[in-house]
Amino acid sequence: MYSEKVMDHFQNPRNVGEITDASGVGEVGNPTCGDIMRIYLKVEDNVIKEVKFKTFGCGAAVATSSMVTEMVIGKTIDEALKITNQAVAEALDGLPPAKMHCSNLAADALHKAIEDYKNKLAG
Amino acid sequence: MGRIYMDHSATTPVDADIAQAMVKFMTEDFGNPSSIHSFGRDVKKAVEEAREKVAKAIGADAREIIFTSGGTESDNAAIIGVATANCKKGSHIITSTIEHHAVLDTCHHLEKNGFKVTYLPVDEYGMVKAEDVAKAITDDTILITIMHANNEVGTIQPIAEIGRLAKEKGIYFHVDAVQTIGKIPVNVDELGVDLLSVSSHKIYGPKGVGCLYIRKGTRWTPITFGGAQERKRRAGTENTASIVGLGMAMEKAVANLEQEVTKLTKLRDKLINGITANIDHIQLNGHPTFRLPNNVNFSFHFIEGESLLLSLDMKGIAASSGSACTSGSLDPSHVLLAMGISHEVAHGSLRLTLGKMNTEEEVNYVLEVLPEIVERLRQMSPLYDQNYQPKKECCQHV
Repeated sequence: MYSEKVMDHFQNPRNVGEITDASGVGEVGNPTCGDIMRIYLKVEDNVIKEVKFKTFGCGAAVATSSMVTEMVIGKTIDEALKITNQAVAEALDGLPPAKMHCSNLAADALHKAIEDYKNKLAG
Repeated sequence: MGRIYMDHSATTPVDADIAQAMVKFMTEDFGNPSSIHSFGRDVKKAVEEAREKVAKAIGADAREIIFTSGGTESDNAAIIGVATANCKKGSHIITSTIEHHAVLDTCHHLEKNGFKVTYLPVDEYGMVKAEDVAKAITDDTILITIMHANNEVGTIQPIAEIGRLAKEKGIYFHVDAVQTIGKIPVNVDELGVDLLSVSSHKIYGPKGVGCLYIRKGTRWTPITFGGAQERKRRAGTENTASIVGLGMAMEKAVANLEQEVTKLTKLRDKLINGITANIDHIQLNGHPTFRLPNNVNFSFHFIEGESLLLSLDMKGIAASSGSACTSGSLDPSHVLLAMGISHEVAHGSLRLTLGKMNTEEEVNYVLEVLPEIVERLRQMSPLYDQNYQPKKECCQHV
């Protein structure tokens, strides 16, 4: 049911972990739904230098989290804001239809982390 | 280590001798049992022999057995058939919140058509209380339908006790015995049941066949129309090869019962004890003792079931989960929720169901790889590092 890319990212997730002095942290989902994604960003000169994630959820939830971290490293904040859930799913060669809504939230978590970063800057 | 199958409550492989015997009834003895010629007569004889075997296995008379397409059809036919035939007498049905959807969805269907249904709660172990059944009975009650043992958590229900109650009150009693044949004794008189559903593919027989026991004298109407097969109780040409397979599977299930129970119980307890000893933050779902001999069901806190299944599958181990992510719905297992288990803990459930081919080496292998998998997923989980405490609140599903 999952593409090879999804299984690869599930089996060998990229950038798992936390950043203790993160520039921004974003979390979506809740344990009741069965999915929580948390993204940590390290931003320098408006560029995302480092990104880590922690995810509780199904194979698609883990794979999309891993994929979004790969997509975002080295991007500017504005570029990162343009990444959509759809783009993450496409980068994984698609997700099963049932997973498109419930487990495809990694870009949302990323955007929340950016929001958190911006709030801290304004802060 | 080759692939390990521990999902026997989902389905089982067909025994080689059964598969072999069935082929003859597709190629050589292919006749229609309703035909008057020798081709038909030969097959009719085999179908009736299978009926005798099935009846004998559950302590019934052959005339009380109808062959169906499986457990789901048997449940549908039992419930709708009794409801329809007795609607002038009453319109109330009693069931439980942990039934298979073949029963629950049939009850929902009847509710839309004017019947009233009471869905009894269960305790934390997934057990229905006979006293709750007694309290729910009204003058309007026509049917009680309760499963013999739950398919997810393996809890064995107090069927004989409920059967006595039903008999006292003159209410028909249907039992879904899909998970219990070949695992615990099933005798229609000892259990006091009027209707009983059986499936073949859970007991090393073919898929797409099962049977419904209907006690002689039960007021019941068919739900299929268009032929006089099964003494006008189930229209449609018989699935002859599969019926022969079911007959053999039932005969073997009962003959090997004692030996199987001993073997399965030993492996089950090794799994339960091994998991309990080696992994923290877990809970056994289901009853500790009134439990199917092949059922292991744990929740692993902080992780999600589908991830667990995928990880086990990569190690060659086949299991199942009550997580919503494996069912295609948003809610986790209705059984676990009915037991008062919170959504997040239900999402982290794992069911391992053993069968006759499983070995001690396989159990050891599962015990070796499972702690590593759980630890890996926990390291990835944002719930784990917060030392998140799952809520104990009751999530009675509404």
